[in-house]
This record gives sequence, structure tokens and C-alpha cells, in this order.
Amino acid sequence: MLTFNRYLRATSLEEAYTEAQKKSSVVLGGGMWLRLGKRRIGTAIDLSDLGLCGVEETEDSYRIGAYTTLRDLECHAALNTQYSGVLRESLRAIVGVQFRNLATVGGSVFGRFGFSDVVTVLLALDASVELYKAGVVSLERFCTMGRVNDILTHVIIPKRSLSVSYHAQRNSATDFPVLNVCAARNGEQVTVCVGARPARAVAYRYTLDGTAGKAERIANEIASRAVFDSNTRATARYRRHLCCVLVRRALDDILEKEEA
Amino acid sequence: MEITLTLNGNKITASVAPDTVLLDFLREHGCASVKCGCETSGCGLCTVFLDDKPVLSCSVPVVRADGHKVTTLEGLQEEAAEFIGFIADQGAEQCGFCNPGFVMNTIALLRENPDPTDDEIRAYLAGNLCRCSGYEGQTRGIRAYLNAKKEGRL
Repeated sequence: MLTFNRYLRATSLEEAYTEAQKKSSVVLGGGMWLRLGKRRIGTAIDLSDLGLCGVEETEDSYRIGAYTTLRDLECHAALNTQYSGVLRESLRAIVGVQFRNLATVGGSVFGRFGFSDVVTVLLALDASVELYKAGVVSLERFCTMGRVNDILTHVIIPKRSLSVSYHAQRNSATDFPVLNVCAARNGEQVTVCVGARPARAVAYRYTLDGTAGKAERIANEIASRAVFDSNTRATARYRRHLCCVLVRRALDDILEKEEA
Repeated sequence: MEITLTLNGNKITASVAPDTVLLDFLREHGCASVKCGCETSGCGLCTVFLDDKPVLSCSVPVVRADGHKVTTLEGLQEEAAEFIGFIADQGAEQCGFCNPGFVMNTIALLRENPDPTDDEIRAYLAGNLCRCSGYEGQTRGIRAYLNAKKEGRL
């Protein structure tokens, strides 16, 4: 249940940052998961008035405002054209349109939720996060950091010519993924990200050439290197098996797309 | 806190607790079509339009709607009447509990995509759970409505 004593519609990032330093304060994203917790919040800080909605295309990147909704990202033509529709593919199974019209990119990324579909994809696309005080930090590093008392203002995806493929396994449509995998190939270098382990997504880097059986070998190696755990959705053993299958499918997809 | 919003075309000013959710506010203001069906933002029963976009009113603090336009099924009777009969003809309304959410999201779908395929209908309505009908009836009803419209029977 969502409970807070005070609501602050911040008029500046500095005001939001100062308020966010208090232990009882929380910066609101979409607020979708916040309401599932039991935490009693002192001040809920809303950044709605700070112009953080929308995707700005620059010469070398896409700069996504933290309050851009997942639905906006799913429907963004240029982003989906650039990355073979992988954002649309990864977002379309998240609950429903009404949910995705509220859930924000910033909320999803700042939370670094293990079950996140979007974090796995952004990690594979080599995205960075822009924090109000700390500046630009790679998403990979951000995913290893502990509690962050900063304000995430943007997510930046560099423009690159990538072949990308996303695969997820769900026990039922619109549920959290049991495991998700996103692979992105730039030349012969491939980044494979594995999320919903159920812990946070992690990235692995390999060389992927056209050698027969290479995709299979990479898939086996990632499945043995990655750490999996059990929860109500699946056992660690099942996740390890899925990892091998989904990584191989993602790499095969990329090779097939490139051949075509 | 004092907020002002436009509800179904009428301007409303009210004093609310900071953590009041839009769903509770709407029910207190006579919008009985908006219902709470889950505690996990997952059923779609509480769907309303916030500035013409379908959202889950159970997950929006009402203070976020301050200065915005909110529309519930009570404000869309005419638009809903056009196709709701087709859903009823398929027996898909069943217990009726999920219907307002389904109707709201169907209106959103048809505004965004007036000629959806069956797969597009299913994808758009995936966030609306129904425990009676198994969804086939709703899909058939919407398809029948779209066919009738194409054939000029409406």
C-alpha cells in the first residue's frame, strides 16, 4: 500500500536532491512497485514538472528522460528502428498498456530490479545513466552500486550499428520473466546480458564469428558462469537450463539476421 | 492538500490526503465503474483515462492528477454504447466485474488503432484480466463490432 505523509512536487533538481537526502524520502518514478512495499514514506518527491519526459535524439545518442514511460519507449519509432524493435519486444509483455503508460524508464532503471526486462536490454545496448550530482555512469557499473542517494535524470543509449536479439521465458503472459536474455553484436564483439536470474542482470562479452558451434559454446559457458537462484517462479537449475537455451537462440537469431 | 482536476468534463476542487490514490478519489466522487480488483497493479479493473491515456487509477496518487483531465466510463457512455452490445451478444460480459476496465481499454485501443487485427486486440487488452470468459468472447465481440462498422451496418 502506498503511504506517505507529504508530497513534494519539486520545482528544481536541487530541491529534489536536497529532500532526497533524508532517509524517509523517496523519489517517485511511476510508483508501480512502490505500492507493493510496506515502507512508510515521509516525503514522496515528484519530478513531473522538471521536463524529464521524452526522448531526445542527438548525433551520437538517444537521451531518454527519466519520466519517459515504458509505453513511450515501446512506441518510439526511431529507437525501435535503430535496434531491430528490441525495446518493443522486451516491453510488450510487461503487465498491460495501462501499466506501461505509468511505469517510467527512470523508475525501472533506478530500482535495478532483478526481474526487469528493460534493464537487461539497456545493459546490452551499452546504456549509461545520468545522475544529477555524480554525472554520467555506465549502467553496468550502476548495476553493481549499492544504495544511491542521487537523482537519475536520463538514460543515454549510444547510437551504434548493432544486431540485437531479446528472449524471455514467462510462466504466464504478462508475469515477471523467469529469465531474460539480450544479446547485441557490434562487429565480432557480442555482449550477452542475462537478467531475472532472479538477481540483477549481468553482462558477458565474447567474440562471435561465424565459426560453427560457437554460439552453442558461448551459451554453455555463460550458463555455467552465471549465478542463478531459486524463487517461487523457478529453480536455479531450471534457470541455468533456460539460460543456455535462450542465449543460444539469441545468438542464432543475430547470426541469421546478419546472413539475411 | 488542495487539488483541482477535470473529471468527466467537470472541474472539481477537493482537499485530499497526500497519499490518496486516484481510484479511491474517483469512487468517493460517484464513479462506481472504477473498481479495485487486485493489490498488485495487474488486473486492469480500475482503468481510467488520464489526459486521454489509459492508466491504472489504483497506482496514481491523486495529487499527480492535479491540473489534469480524468475520464471514467461514466463520461464515455455514448462511445461505449456503440460496441458494448456486441460484447454482450457473445455472452462475454458474464459476471460483469471486469467489464468497465475492458470497455475503457477497448475505447483506448480503437482510438489509437481503429482497425486492429485479432493479435493487436489481444496484445492491447493483455492487461485486463477476466476470470469468467477466457477472453475469446471479448475478442469475438470486438471483431463483430469492427466487421459491422466496416460493412456499414452501424
